[in-house]
Amino acid sequence: MTQSAAARRPGRRLPLHWLGVAPFVLFALMFLILPTLQIVVGAFQDGQGRFTLGNIAGLFSPSIMASYWISIRISVASALLGCLFGFAIAAAVTLGDLPRWLRGPVLTFSGVASNFAGVPLAFAFLATLGRLGLVTMLLKNWFGINIYAMGFNLLSFGGLTLVYLFFQIPLMILIITPALDGLRREWREAATSLGATGWQYWRMVALPILFPSLLGTFALLFANAFGAVATAIALTGSSLSIVPILLFAQIRGDVLGDPNLGYALAFGMIVVTAVANFAYVWLRARSERWLR
Amino acid sequence: MAYLDLRNLEKSFGANRVVRDFTLGVEQGEFVSLLGPSGCGKTTVLRMVAGFEQPSAGSIRIDGQDVTALRPNQRNIGMVFQAYALFPNLTVAQNVAFGLRVKGMSRREMRARVEEMLALIGLPDLGGRYPFQLSGGQQQRVALARALAPQPRVLLLDEPLSALDAKIRVALREEIRAIQQRLGITTIFVTHDQEEAMALSDRIVVMSGGAAEQVGTPFEIYNRPATRFVAEFVGTLNILPTTVEDAAAGRVRLAGQAVALDRPLPPGPVSLAIRPEAVRLGRAPGHDVVLPARIAEVHFLGAVIRLRADVDGTRVALDSFNTSDMPPPKAGSAVELSLRAADLIALPG
Amino acid sequence: MKRLWAWIALALGLVYFFLPLIGTLEFSLRKRRGEYSLDAYVAVLEDPKFQETFSYSVIMALFTIAFGVLLVVPTAYWVRLRLPRARPVVEFLTLLPLVIPPIVVVFGYIRLYNTSSILPLTGSAMGTNVLLMLGYATLSLPYMYRAVDTGLRTIDVATLTEAAQSLGAGWVTILARVILPNVLVAVLSGAFLTFAIVIGEFVMAALLNRPAFGPYMQLIGANKAYEPAALAVIAFAITWACMGLIQLLTRFQRHVRVAR
Repeated sequence: MTQSAAARRPGRRLPLHWLGVAPFVLFALMFLILPTLQIVVGAFQDGQGRFTLGNIAGLFSPSIMASYWISIRISVASALLGCLFGFAIAAAVTLGDLPRWLRGPVLTFSGVASNFAGVPLAFAFLATLGRLGLVTMLLKNWFGINIYAMGFNLLSFGGLTLVYLFFQIPLMILIITPALDGLRREWREAATSLGATGWQYWRMVALPILFPSLLGTFALLFANAFGAVATAIALTGSSLSIVPILLFAQIRGDVLGDPNLGYALAFGMIVVTAVANFAYVWLRARSERWLR
Repeated sequence: MAYLDLRNLEKSFGANRVVRDFTLGVEQGEFVSLLGPSGCGKTTVLRMVAGFEQPSAGSIRIDGQDVTALRPNQRNIGMVFQAYALFPNLTVAQNVAFGLRVKGMSRREMRARVEEMLALIGLPDLGGRYPFQLSGGQQQRVALARALAPQPRVLLLDEPLSALDAKIRVALREEIRAIQQRLGITTIFVTHDQEEAMALSDRIVVMSGGAAEQVGTPFEIYNRPATRFVAEFVGTLNILPTTVEDAAAGRVRLAGQAVALDRPLPPGPVSLAIRPEAVRLGRAPGHDVVLPARIAEVHFLGAVIRLRADVDGTRVALDSFNTSDMPPPKAGSAVELSLRAADLIALPG
Repeated sequence: MKRLWAWIALALGLVYFFLPLIGTLEFSLRKRRGEYSLDAYVAVLEDPKFQETFSYSVIMALFTIAFGVLLVVPTAYWVRLRLPRARPVVEFLTLLPLVIPPIVVVFGYIRLYNTSSILPLTGSAMGTNVLLMLGYATLSLPYMYRAVDTGLRTIDVATLTEAAQSLGAGWVTILARVILPNVLVAVLSGAFLTFAIVIGEFVMAALLNRPAFGPYMQLIGANKAYEPAALAVIAFAITWACMGLIQLLTRFQRHVRVAR
């Protein structure tokens, strides 16, 4: 294979075979890399195009910091809970002795629900848990529980996390199910016959084996929630000031009154997701010495 | 009572009875093989001993203690699986130490025991490697060490050699036997390979359809198969055309020849069978039954020549040793075959 | 014990996932006072804005799919055949859209392709449409690439190529007549996923000011009471149909494989 490929190539000076991916690389460069770099560069320029750290410094105002903080909290919470519940359901379907036929529907539904994000998802939750929603009304009429009087609000940290879980959990199920299938029955049996309890098996064998997948999914879910705009806007208008909503308003109408501060805001988003993903890559490299 | 005592074990999956009325006593330090084709229930018996399957009926005792209701992690049993099943995230040393760690053994004792086990399997320097860095044979040895490290009462081997290359298989099987004898550990070995079973075992249990067909030493199983199934599953067998004249006196007619056996035959329909190596080409001293035959096929295998000859319309296989001054007969030539009446195996049915 | 926990996990999941769906459905039928009716659906479907924006998004989706296939299939094929060394780079690039928030990407577009730049795509409606389509292609890149690459893994790319070459086929023929038919199911899976993503997409269309379905839904949500629920039901049905078609295709393919 390598030989015949080399023979077909007239010499090594003209690496023509690289041309095959040129369109793709060009596309990625123009519509993914350069736009992102533009933002990064813009974050370090003032109105006249000179280098400055002023925009970055501008991020450290209390209101912007508060936006980042609530965004990060929502993203961490929904990613963490998404991982937890998604894992529980995936484990129930793959390892929990549930009937085999359940697996197909659960996975199909997960495929649907993980893509059912954005504006319609917000509508669904408004129709269910909004002030006139089905569940809100049922609780009020049947049990006399007024969840809004008790402080519940869809437009809050808890509310948004609850809504995001609708696509976070299925995404976790989709990603972790193949990993759970990869756990061989013999590992569990070997561990048990050596005297390990179920918990010891999970702690010493199964979880370490799953760790890279869990970590990767967590990073992905985090980025997924952190960048989500549509759901939040359709739910809250712009009353809940998470970073993507703030950025959206800034791009639309320069609410910050400083275009370059907008770039810094977007740059901050890149930094946060990048940190999450580098943490993942680093931890994964440390935890995967046993992999080929 | 035997050290490992399986009594009237039954296992059904739904309407499917996989193991029926299985009783077996294994003495301390004994090596017993469960031999049979796939689906004969041998693995299910092993898994019931390990505790991975709950018997539908019957009891399992180890050293007098009834373990039938005990969970697998309380039985103190070592198990080696077909596909190694080493924990991929742990080093060789950590794999071997696993059973000691969950027992809560001290770090120092643990290290000493792991070293001892790695020396036992002849891999003293590989403790720091991960399973993927080992060959299949090495992985299976580590699996053996891991199973033996916590000093189990019984060692269970579930086709541990069938994923390996032929050459390594023979080497490892001799090593397994040597280690088993050195430690004197009670062992049950599941296999579908009769050669493996005979080479390793003190006793063999031949299984079919979920039940034990015969229990005996390799010598007994091979030379005195109790049922037709055992006779056909273990080794090659020629069934000879037989007419019984007087069962009680052991008088029969073989391919038209009157033959007197030294023992009575069981009542009912019987056929007589013989192993290929017990049939001689030409007349031989002590071989009192002589049958006319015609050579049909000649297979030169090196040390052995396998011939197939037609005896009264029945194809009979026989092995003769290769001697350099005697060329094998040609196909189609008429010959005489001789055998000893004592080598004839009587099979019911 | 284990089974009990499994059932509990599943039951909680069912409640969480089905209550919003039931709630939405129920809400969407409540437009007429005192009885259930399809009034909200009628109002939505008869709205000319709905028809306009929906068909706009459908057309955008189709173009995105066509572009995605033309971009991804040759690339994935070439990487498998000749450039295994480029694989980590290409895979990294295809995963980037999952990491960089779309709002940042589209912000970059606005800055990079504005009217005073070398490539002033946002200067005209057509140019903006093209830019939006390319943005959608970026969003769906991870899914499209994975689908196609998985499909390519199941066939022996090198042998098929050499067989076609020995019969005198050129690169275009090989790709269109040999490779594509063999990964068609994978490509279609990616296509349906792309369709589902594009139809509901909001941020890019809103910030590039194009009359797409996503911003329309948001607008309705801000101004109407029952119609949004009807729209959510419709959107869910579309997503479900896309995923169902992927399932159907995969199953169909399995039968073909067995028959072979």
